Amino acid sequence: MESCNCIEPQWPADELLMKYQYISDFFIALAYFSIPLELIYFVKKSSVFPYRWVLVQFGAFIVLCGATHLINLWTFNTHSRTVAVVMTTAKALTAVVSCATALMLVHIIPDLLSVKTRELFLKNKAAELDREMGLIRTQEETGRHVRMLTHEIRSTLDRHTILKTTLVELGRTLALEECALWMPTRTGLELQLSYTLRHQNPVGFTVPIHLPVINQVFSSNRAVKISPNSPVARLRPTAGKYMPGEVVAVRVPLLHLSNFQINDWPELSTKRYALMVLMLPSDSARQWHVHELELVEVVADQVAVALSHAAILEESMRARDLLMDQNVALDLARREAETAIHARNDFLAVMNHEMRTPMHAIIALSSLLQETELTPEQRLMVETILKSSNLLATLINDVLDLSRLEDGSLELDLATFNLHAVFREVVQLVKPIASVKKLSVTLVMASDLPEYAIGDEKRLMQTILNIVGNAVKFSKEGSISVAACIAKTEPLLDARAPDFFPVPSESHFYLRVQVKDSGSGVNPQDIPKLFNKFAQNQSLANRNSGGTGLGLAICKRFVNLMEGHIWIESEGFGKGCTASFIVKLGIGGRSSEPDHRVVPLNRVQSNFPGLKILLMDDNGVSRMVTKGLLMHLGCDVTITSSADECLRVVSPEYKVVFMDVGSPGTSGYEVTRRIHERIPKRHERPLIIALTGNTDKATKDNCLRVGMKGVLLKPVSLEKMRSVLSELLERGSLRES
Amino acid sequence: MDVDQMQRRFADYTASLFREGFLDDQFTQLQQLQDESNPDFVVEVVSLFFEDSERLLNDLGKALDQQIVDFKKVDAHVHQLKGSSSSIGAQRVKNACIAFRNFCEMQNTEGCLRCLQQVKQEYFLVKNKLESLFRLEQQILAAGGSNPMME
Repeated sequence: MESCNCIEPQWPADELLMKYQYISDFFIALAYFSIPLELIYFVKKSSVFPYRWVLVQFGAFIVLCGATHLINLWTFNTHSRTVAVVMTTAKALTAVVSCATALMLVHIIPDLLSVKTRELFLKNKAAELDREMGLIRTQEETGRHVRMLTHEIRSTLDRHTILKTTLVELGRTLALEECALWMPTRTGLELQLSYTLRHQNPVGFTVPIHLPVINQVFSSNRAVKISPNSPVARLRPTAGKYMPGEVVAVRVPLLHLSNFQINDWPELSTKRYALMVLMLPSDSARQWHVHELELVEVVADQVAVALSHAAILEESMRARDLLMDQNVALDLARREAETAIHARNDFLAVMNHEMRTPMHAIIALSSLLQETELTPEQRLMVETILKSSNLLATLINDVLDLSRLEDGSLELDLATFNLHAVFREVVQLVKPIASVKKLSVTLVMASDLPEYAIGDEKRLMQTILNIVGNAVKFSKEGSISVAACIAKTEPLLDARAPDFFPVPSESHFYLRVQVKDSGSGVNPQDIPKLFNKFAQNQSLANRNSGGTGLGLAICKRFVNLMEGHIWIESEGFGKGCTASFIVKLGIGGRSSEPDHRVVPLNRVQSNFPGLKILLMDDNGVSRMVTKGLLMHLGCDVTITSSADECLRVVSPEYKVVFMDVGSPGTSGYEVTRRIHERIPKRHERPLIIALTGNTDKATKDNCLRVGMKGVLLKPVSLEKMRSVLSELLERGSLRES
Repeated sequence: MDVDQMQRRFADYTASLFREGFLDDQFTQLQQLQDESNPDFVVEVVSLFFEDSERLLNDLGKALDQQIVDFKKVDAHVHQLKGSSSSIGAQRVKNACIAFRNFCEMQNTEGCLRCLQQVKQEYFLVKNKLESLFRLEQQILAAGGSNPMME
């Protein structure tokens, strides 16, 4: 039957149903055809769709369903067999595809659902990452703040600046309302408000240190939230109704120099802490975040370090100032001491001279008197005068010597001398007195004792003489034995010098002298005092024992100068006494004068025949003596007595010119210069040597500066002149002597 | 007294002069310079010393007597005397001269006068001694002995 689109007002009922079916089928077919189109359209639009062939399948399924419904349209009326076949085919195909699709969907739908789950999961992950990003960013910012803060803090070594900067920066970084620092007082029992951010001049609030809240903060190294009502947090008068912001407190360790042991980095054994209190703005409902607390802790640590640096710096500055003050004081003391020493030396020198002068007069005149005709009584008197005055002279010398010894201004005169002769002479000197007292004196010299030695002969003899003299003095009867030998390298038995080891060497040996007497002995307890100045053993006050009590003191100093040791042993009263000493001497050869300051020449000429020498000296006697000296050496001497005469006479035929430059007003230097001008060529010019009575450095320097080749001290000995001339001829100048 | 005794006396006397500090090493040097070519060297030098010193002492006396003392001149004289005395080994005279120069430096007239006394004293002492010595020498030579100075 043919349908038409004309609208008819009334259709029969079954035709109506048919019509409705017809229309529905049409629309279903339409929808079925449009769905794939839509799908294709949207899938084409989206870039990601993994199931394309499912789509195809689904599309096919839908198309076929639509086709089925469409073909249905033709089956409402009678239709031909073709239509029925087509319909059947379509239905069959649809059946197949739809079954296939249904089967496929079983696989697909779970996948699709899981996509959803994955999407949810990813969304969560993204949110989490966002959160973490936020955290890292805050941390980064915190770190930046801390670095900046640290930089600020560490860039200064002034404690005040450090603390102020800390508070300011913290306040800024964390947007605090108030930030305060409480430092422990000197007594350590209270905390005092030292620095605040907002109050410019903190009043000296103090708070006892043993509050529970403070203990709580001090016992942990973390920032601790405290109540805004605690005494350390109540910095402003709480006026108004606002809610105070949260308060956090953290301890700041105060480190001292003593905390920095090498091995354990500050374990904070002595715990002195300051308290830093930070307040959030009131009424802001802000909370302390973890990262903010961490920032505060880190800052507190940095502040501790910076403070300790500042403290160390302060210490060292103070120490340095102290040292400078001490230096100044020491310098002053030293100068005062030097002045005192100078004054004393001057005094001694003058006194020495003043005392010696009359002494000499007495001695000289008494000795002159001795030679005249005297009655025996008078002779006795004169002898006593002489003896007493000699004693007095010795005393004066001793005192002077001792003071020079103590000064350290005494130097040994080293020379080669006959060691055996020294001992023999001492014994000779002592024998008369000893024989009067009926004491026997024996001298024993070891066979390996060298005959010649290098040292200060005079002082060595003085020492030996003093000791032997004491032995004689303090013995009423018996014998005195003097033994001299080389000291072996064993430690001394004297407990007072346990470190003294005489170690001989190639050029030195240690002489050991032991003087035993059988006299009155010494109380062992008094032995250490014997070497002190002016010490006399009271109980031995004999009439015979005169003397100063300085003898042993001087001996000890001489022995010390000779790098030795001296000691006395005695068992007690009546048991005699043994005095021993060891001194260091050089091993001497038989020849004389090992003057190590002058390099020994290859040969010393004994005669200088025909050597033409010009002498200039305005002192007649000295001129004559020098001329005699030079003539004795075979030289051809021309004498002049004035500068003019010298300049007139001088010529290249003279090899050496000796010029006296001592007298004030002589123009020795001037003459030298003129000679240099007159004879400019070096090999023609005579060697000019200065003769002078004083050898201070200034004179020497002046002489050498004007071109003189050497300086000699008058009066010159024969030997010295010989060696001087030899050296001049060989070397052309005098080595410094 | 025979020559040997005289020689011994001479030696003792010389030794005592040295011991008492009247003479020092320099005198020994002078003795060494005396030889056959110069047999009277010591006597000549010492005589010259005596002349020189007496002249200087006179000049010193005069210089110190002035109203205004010229210390430079005084010092120059003392320097000369010191040089002479040290040249022959008159140790005590030399020492006295050294002290004298100190006072000159300090321009202390009192001190200088005292020192002058001192120097004179020493000088006469040593002159005395040396003259005795030379007398002894002459005696020895007259008795036929060898010159004791040239030992």
